[in-house]
Formats: sequence, structure tokens, C-alpha cells
Amino acid sequence: MQEHTYQAIARFVAQESGIKLSEGKAYMVETRLTPVMSKFGISSFEHLATQLMAATGELRQAVVDAMTTNESFFFRDRTPFELFEKVMLPRMAEEKRANGQPLRIWCAAAATGQEPYSLAISVLENQRLLEDIDVSILATDISQAALATAEDGLYTQFEAQRGLSAQRLITHFEQEGIAWRVKPQLRELIEFKELNLLKNLHQVGPVDIVFCRNVLIYFDVETKCHVLGKIKKQISPDGFLMLGAAETLVGVCGEFLPTREHQNLFQPTV
Amino acid sequence: MKTCLIVDDSSVIRKVARRIIEDIGYDVDEAEDGREAFEKCTKSMPDTILVDWNMPVMTGLEFVKELRSYIGGEAPKILFCTTENDVGHIAMALKAGANEYMMKPFDREIMERKFQDLDQK
Repeated sequence: MQEHTYQAIARFVAQESGIKLSEGKAYMVETRLTPVMSKFGISSFEHLATQLMAATGELRQAVVDAMTTNESFFFRDRTPFELFEKVMLPRMAEEKRANGQPLRIWCAAAATGQEPYSLAISVLENQRLLEDIDVSILATDISQAALATAEDGLYTQFEAQRGLSAQRLITHFEQEGIAWRVKPQLRELIEFKELNLLKNLHQVGPVDIVFCRNVLIYFDVETKCHVLGKIKKQISPDGFLMLGAAETLVGVCGEFLPTREHQNLFQPTV
Repeated sequence: MKTCLIVDDSSVIRKVARRIIEDIGYDVDEAEDGREAFEKCTKSMPDTILVDWNMPVMTGLEFVKELRSYIGGEAPKILFCTTENDVGHIAMALKAGANEYMMKPFDREIMERKFQDLDQK
């Protein structure tokens, strides 16, 4: 792919999704977009770059899907889910029960569903702690294709084994041929919605706990700050924001501060 | 160094599993069936056991039941690794005393994660 073609595609991706492709990512772009090109009968990257300028919804969405979908697995990195169960849920439960309010969790980059379903499993496993509290999870993603997979809740044996203990697998999933499908009690906790973090977040509504892991790392500082500002508007004053292991907000913006429990767990500043 | 006993009648599976488990940092020994594995355990109890279900002489399930009722046999972490991939078999294995269950085919990432999870149990 020629440099000017790569730049044109990178500009399109940044504009649509906020993802900033650094230098030397041409190989990744080629690998991910080749299947899209054959699906739409486009013969070269030059043609793709040209067509993207005037593309219809379908081609645009397919390119965004291909560039934003990353493989995920259940209970990824483990620590965020321990913090969810040991810090976030207990603190929130006490307050919500006292006020008779619902507890709303937002998974901002749901991808193919492994993260929201992991959170739903944790919620079900902490039912006693959450007794009498109306808990719901909102799972959003920019990719329509990823979200469709998430909503379907059907995983191959390989996917199901990535991160799920055997006990959790047989408790929360049922077998469908050689694949595994989430049980209704898990699915019912989650609402799936297509959402671009760069656009209006009002439809998210008020939330208490936000999981937004490994998303902001793809944005430049300005976009990162802009998105964090919008998340802050949705999150309750004593709510929590969980970022990815490699993500820091030091020197980025002052909307959130790390908690003393963990450097990647944040609370909004007053 | 922690020890792991791989119990499988397939030499290919033993070889593949050995490579991954040695990389994780275990000293590995092998057995071809449940009986041989049990005898090895009575001489020296490993920290972790990776065990197949269907094997000649003594099956994995029979081995786990016998080991769990033997003095000191409650200590090792047991991970099943088998082509039996239905809810019934998984539930039966956990009930018999297995700590984790891995369905074949597996890959390095799945095996590594299962070993990490066993460390937490």
C-alpha cells in the first residue's frame, strides 16, 4: 500500500472511531481490510481509499468494524473483576440499598461480549450482597458486527475456555452442539447498544460503574480528554471508572483521580 | 521447582503438554494411564496433575476418585484435559475432586490461563 493511501485510510479511521493509527501500521490495516475489500468487490487499497470518501453506510461500517474489533476473553486480566467484586460492588451496594436506587454498570467497549458477560457473572455470584438492588448492565460498542456476536451470546469451545473456569462455564452457559451459549439469566442483565464514544453519550443515561478498558489508548490526548469529560457527565459523583492495565491519566486531564485501591481504578474529581 | 504429572495415553498429547507446562516453570513427569499415575503419586505427590479421561487400565475419573481418598491425595491440583466436552462430564469430574477442566482441542493460551487459575484456588 502506498503511503498516501495509508494516510487517507488512517484519516478515515481516526475521523470515524477516534483511533489514531501510528506509523508502520500498514500491515495491520492490510490484514484487516483485505476481507472487507473482497466482500465489497474492491480491487485495490487505492480504490478503497477513494470509495471511503463517498462511501455508503455499509462500507463505512464494515471498515470501522474491521479496524476496531479486537479479540477478547472472559475475565481478562482478572484484577479489574476482583476490584469490581471487592471494592466497587460493596461500596455501591450499601449506598444504593440505603437510597433505594438502581445500580447501573456501563461496559463502554463491549466488543464480542466477553467483558459484559464476565461482569454479569460477577453480579450473579454476588447476589446476596446485591439483594433488593435493581442491577443492570449497559454494553456498548462502535462495531455493529462485534455487538451482534455479543448479543447472540454463542461462543466456540475455544472462546468459552479463554478465561472461564469449568464451574462458571457449566453454571452460566448451556451447550449448543459444540458451542456454548450464555444462559438467559445472564443475558437478561444486559442491554446491548451500538455507540460511538466520540458522539453524543446522553443515551447512556446516569451510570455508577464504567468499564472502559483499552479503548482510550488508541486515542490522541485531546480525544482522550474529550471522551473522559463526557464519561464524567454520565457517572455518579462517587462512581468508579475502570481503565486498562497500561492506561494512566497522569498529565492527561483532571476529570478523574486514581483510587488508593488501584492505579487503574478511578473516581471523578469534584 | 513445582512438579506436574501428565497422565495421558497419547504420547503426542504428553509431548505437547510437556512443552507448555515446562515453559510455565514446572518439573514434569509422565504416566500413560491412571494406574501408573496413582503408583507414581504414592511414591511422590506432585503439585499439579494434568489428566485425560479415557485411558486403558484405569480411567482419569477412577484415578481422581482413588487419589482423593488416599492419604495426602487431597493436596495436588487436578486439571482434566479431555475430549469429553459436555456438561455432564465436567460436573462429574468436579464432583469427583478435580479443580479444573480443559476440553481438547486446547492451545497454549488456554493451558497457561488454566494453570494461573489453579494457582489462585
